[in-house]
Amino acid sequence: MNVVVCVKQIPDPAAPPALDPGTNNLSRTGKLILDESDSYGVEMALQLVDAAGSGEVTLVSMAPNGETSGLRTALAMGAARAILVSDDALSGSDALGTAKVLAAAIKRAEPDLVLAATESSDGYTGTTPVQIAELLGLPSVTFAKKVEVTGDSVSVERQTEAGYDEVQCPLPAVVTVTAGVVEPRYPSFKGIMAAKSKPVDTLTVADLGIDAGQVGAAGARQEITGVSAAEERGSGEIVVDEGDAHERIIQFLEQLKVL
Amino acid sequence: MSIDKIWVLAEVADGKTVTASLELISHATTLAGTVEAVAFGDATAAVAATLGEYGATKVHDVGDLGGALPGVPVASAIAAAVASGAGPDAILFPATYDGRDVAGRLSAKIDRPVLTNVVGLAEDGGALVTQHAIFGGTQIASARFTGEGPGLFVVRAKSFPAESRGGGPAEVVAAPAPDAGSTNAARIVARHVEERTGPKLDEADVVVSGGRGLGEKDQYAMIEELAALLHGAPGASRAIVDAGWVPYAYQVGQTGKTVKPTVYLACGISGATQHLVGMKNAKNIVAINKDQDAPIFTVADLGIVGDVHKVVPKLIEALKTRG
Ligand SMILES: Cc1cc2nc3c(=O)[nH]c(=O)nc-3n(C[C@H](O)[C@H](O)[C@H](O)COP(=O)(O)OP(=O)(O)OC[C@H]3O[C@@H](n4cnc5c(N)ncnc54)[C@H](O)[C@@H]3O)c2cc1C
Ligand SMILES: Cc1cc2nc3c(=O)[nH]c(=O)nc-3n(C[C@H](O)[C@H](O)[C@H](O)COP(=O)(O)OP(=O)(O)OC[C@H]3O[C@@H](n4cnc5c(N)ncnc54)[C@H](O)[C@@H]3O)c2cc1C
Repeated sequence: MNVVVCVKQIPDPAAPPALDPGTNNLSRTGKLILDESDSYGVEMALQLVDAAGSGEVTLVSMAPNGETSGLRTALAMGAARAILVSDDALSGSDALGTAKVLAAAIKRAEPDLVLAATESSDGYTGTTPVQIAELLGLPSVTFAKKVEVTGDSVSVERQTEAGYDEVQCPLPAVVTVTAGVVEPRYPSFKGIMAAKSKPVDTLTVADLGIDAGQVGAAGARQEITGVSAAEERGSGEIVVDEGDAHERIIQFLEQLKVL
Repeated sequence: MSIDKIWVLAEVADGKTVTASLELISHATTLAGTVEAVAFGDATAAVAATLGEYGATKVHDVGDLGGALPGVPVASAIAAAVASGAGPDAILFPATYDGRDVAGRLSAKIDRPVLTNVVGLAEDGGALVTQHAIFGGTQIASARFTGEGPGLFVVRAKSFPAESRGGGPAEVVAAPAPDAGSTNAARIVARHVEERTGPKLDEADVVVSGGRGLGEKDQYAMIEELAALLHGAPGASRAIVDAGWVPYAYQVGQTGKTVKPTVYLACGISGATQHLVGMKNAKNIVAINKDQDAPIFTVADLGIVGDVHKVVPKLIEALKTRG
């Protein structure tokens, strides 16, 4: 079974984020890392291929400046190869533009299953995977907290407001996984060394046969019109507990007529 | 361009329209002359009165989905209306599991982008302008569509109040989904409902949330007990959701729910920006944390520097004796 995992490479979330003042795009100047949200998809794909007994895991990513640091992390975990789409024309893409690019790249790998995260850590629109599914003409199941493949269908426990649904879906399909669905492995030293020589195909928009006017800032039919500071919420009274702080809480709740 | 007609995806659960959809319907009446709902499932007729009361004059009923996940069939039905020229100027979706799926599918079907994580929506010069809380809610970005409509907006719950507009029942019109072939192949084969009592997290007047400071899974029981005593709902930080202590549905924050209760009580939660963005618009915030420098105290109206294992049990005892 061949699985494609969409992996986003993002600025380190530990570093304070910033918008490029000229374009209002998220600034992506430093080194990019594997989005932790996608490490679950990578682990899930490795486990599914393992269980199937054959096939391989291909990573697909769209990122600026030929960035591969995040891809190398996922290759070190055990993925076999990667397709990277990198092109200056892609700067400023919206989620639909991103989906068009990723869908075209995924098509090349002819996967049985496509995995992505329910939402990324930096843009978190959460629509890209479903847009990819529609563009590829595939069914999709989002918010998976458990994924199993039997024969040519996938069964998913899909998170719901009230609990979860058991969903059955024929392959090929797109499935998005939630954080915590599996425990991502740490790359071993051997894995890290092996990752250095694994193939990464780097493609441009033209290679994919996509019209540059469809993607990037040119294709994004939305714009940020302004950014302003949110209203700040001041802090109030601080009480150091001397064994009676609960009484102050009760008093506070009484004032609010909650009690 | 002007905004004449807005459609709102009305989700129905347990025979009732979800509050997030009612918030959107009543807010949409302030933006457009005509507001209509799109609903699916077998309970549309039963909720037509409520949809009408909040401001929808019509409800386009996709009908029973026969176990299919809503994304594909509901998007297909809306896409058909858009293609026929009967579509609206804007479509609002609640940021729910299914709302986001329908919006994403529809976006690709009709080749229109989506603005997501919307927390504010206003009319400006005949166009809709959105607000998005970014960087943990410290900044607000405004955005708008520059291309052809309809504009697709996925809006977070609690962005607007749900207010009755005193309207009569909405007229139900059938809007069956055209056959979407194999893209519509995912089927729900069984549903599992986790038993829960008390109000829903995003509708509760009081929310009591626990974080990693509780130390271990079993300690979450005191959060549930305190929430029950205050007739509230228990919530959680992502740290303890990821650790498997509580289900994802309990999570408050950027990747979880937005809550705006009268009182939010944070117990053993540090106050990471991604948590704050989901709760800092609560009317009142009480925080218990043993670290006086915890960021949660910067938004707390009442901050208790103390051990949750001491303060919370005493609070529970005191509430019990009050009866
Ligand atoms: C604060 C902020 C708000 C934004 N709001 C909007 C908006 O409202 N509408 C809009 O259209 N765009 C928006 N964008 C732009 C959007 O984030 C980008 O277009 C991005 O390329 C795709 O969206 P995402 O990261 O939100 O993906 P999501 O849909 O959240 O991603 C889900 C999953 O899809 C896969 N995936 C997504 N992008 C890639 C990639 N480049 N390479 C490989 N896999 C990927 C990953 O598995 C990812 O976890 C916003 C960006 C920012 C920073
Ligand atoms: C993309 C992304 C999205 C995210 N989305 C969310 C989200 O939606 N919601 C969310 O909550 N988080 C989210 N997070 C995670 C967030 O950054 C924090 O890691 C998380 O909120 C921390 O949870 P916590 O406060 O329970 O744990 P910690 O940060 O570990 O804090 C525990 C706190 O408990 C206190 N404590 C310890 N012992 C005691 C005691 N005995 N008594 C009292 N206090 C004690 C400590 O002083 C500390 O302040 C997200 C992160 C990323 C990168």
